[in-house]
Amino acid sequence: MSLKGKAAAIGIGELKPAKEPGDLTALGLMAKVSAEALADAGLEKKDIDGFLVGMPYADPGMLYPASAIEVLGFAPRMLNVVDIGGASPAGMIWRAAAAIDAGMCNAVLCLVADLNRAGDQRPPTVSVQREFEAPYGNIGANCGYALIARRHMYEYGTTPEQMAKVAVDQRANALKNPLATFNEKPLTIAEVLGSRMIVDPLHLYEIVSPVSGGAAVIVASPEIARRAKNPPVWLLGAGEAANHSSITYAPSITESPIKPAAESAFKMAGLKPSDMDLVCPYDCYTITVIVTLEDAGFCKKGHGGPFVAEHDLTYAGDFPCNTHGGQLSFGQPGLAGGMSHVTEAIRQLMGRGGERQVKNAALAYVNGNGGIMSEQVSLVLERRS
Amino acid sequence: MSEYIKPLPKPTATSRPFWEAARNHELMLQRCGACSKFIYYPRDRCPYCFSDNLSWNRVSGRGTLYSYTVVHRASSRAFADAPYVLAIVELDEGPRMTTNIVAPPADLKVGMPVVAFFDDVAPGHTLVKFKPA
Repeated sequence: MSLKGKAAAIGIGELKPAKEPGDLTALGLMAKVSAEALADAGLEKKDIDGFLVGMPYADPGMLYPASAIEVLGFAPRMLNVVDIGGASPAGMIWRAAAAIDAGMCNAVLCLVADLNRAGDQRPPTVSVQREFEAPYGNIGANCGYALIARRHMYEYGTTPEQMAKVAVDQRANALKNPLATFNEKPLTIAEVLGSRMIVDPLHLYEIVSPVSGGAAVIVASPEIARRAKNPPVWLLGAGEAANHSSITYAPSITESPIKPAAESAFKMAGLKPSDMDLVCPYDCYTITVIVTLEDAGFCKKGHGGPFVAEHDLTYAGDFPCNTHGGQLSFGQPGLAGGMSHVTEAIRQLMGRGGERQVKNAALAYVNGNGGIMSEQVSLVLERRS
Repeated sequence: MSEYIKPLPKPTATSRPFWEAARNHELMLQRCGACSKFIYYPRDRCPYCFSDNLSWNRVSGRGTLYSYTVVHRASSRAFADAPYVLAIVELDEGPRMTTNIVAPPADLKVGMPVVAFFDDVAPGHTLVKFKPA
């Protein structure tokens, strides 16, 4: 069984994140970005027969997809919430392809939007987390990634300067992305390391900023893709893996389930990491990128620190990485932060990267990461010449 | 004494022996009768081999500091008294625990030996925390 070449992304929508959501609603943002994606794909609302949606923290509820399709006026033949944290958007892409390949749908809308306000607090909501994590102050994602970073430094000698380099190069990319939240000033390693210490060893500029926004991708059957107005971006490989929720109970805290997810994706594609023209790894924190590049096979385990220090991660560099700025500079509009890696890979492969276009980009690796390196989805995408 | 505002564990049918032991200042872990592994946090079936042959055992409370972070700014207002040390301790019996280390951050090193102590944080509620051994 393989999803190789069974479906393609044909249209995207993405909103510039808002720092202050005011009286916006998540469903309102979903309507706006869905319309953008439909126009981009050259499809009409009635053409959408599959609907995958992320549940917004700002407006959660049971039976969410039906509420959303009622508001938007869709009548899909497949609808679902994908609830694998930041991996949800990448997870939607292969689920859409699988539904299309199974003959259940022809055009699937993958949709995420959320609102964040500074100072919002999101305590853990599943009972075991309330019982065994929250009493000790392990609330939110920051602590888990700090624990990973500290252990990575201990096991492999990774340095704060190497971690900071990820934020610096990605900011250089964001300067060319009009949609990025932080796209006005370059960043230096000294500025990152001089920013406020939040969860030692992670500084403020190594941590995503919550913002409000939305994104959508339309995945379509080969038949629709072949007559689409954009160059289709084909799914060549996909893999998904998970083995923990809290990082404390992960088999390894420095080696993530990205390894099996990426292996599956590359195997399905019949390609290897060195074949990729650009990479879009989920980057909720600087350490996340380092661990992802190691586990996905772009460098040896433990060498992620030196790798990011030695390579130029900008759109013009020798290893283009998160050419939209990553979430560290784009901002994290809830799950739409995770979708930003997918939309950027599609944009680049369609040749719509503008000033930050990676030359001759034909193959991209995307990773979606949920929770504390918990849920992992790897994708290999291609534009056929 | 000011009111304790941090989240407190709510024991369940599965976890009650663990928290009752903690109230008695003892560390008790489940052990699987089928695969012999110690288990934390409490389960209804062994997460390794899925056996339901689990028994409660008093353990040493000794372990090593697997990783830690000094939380300077907490994600929850309940922990506005930051900084505090959030840690993963690997117990000598095998399992890892999310916990707090109560010691000056400058004294901490990954891999150092630590030992459990019992913090009676609120009436009827005891948390298992660690300090350098």
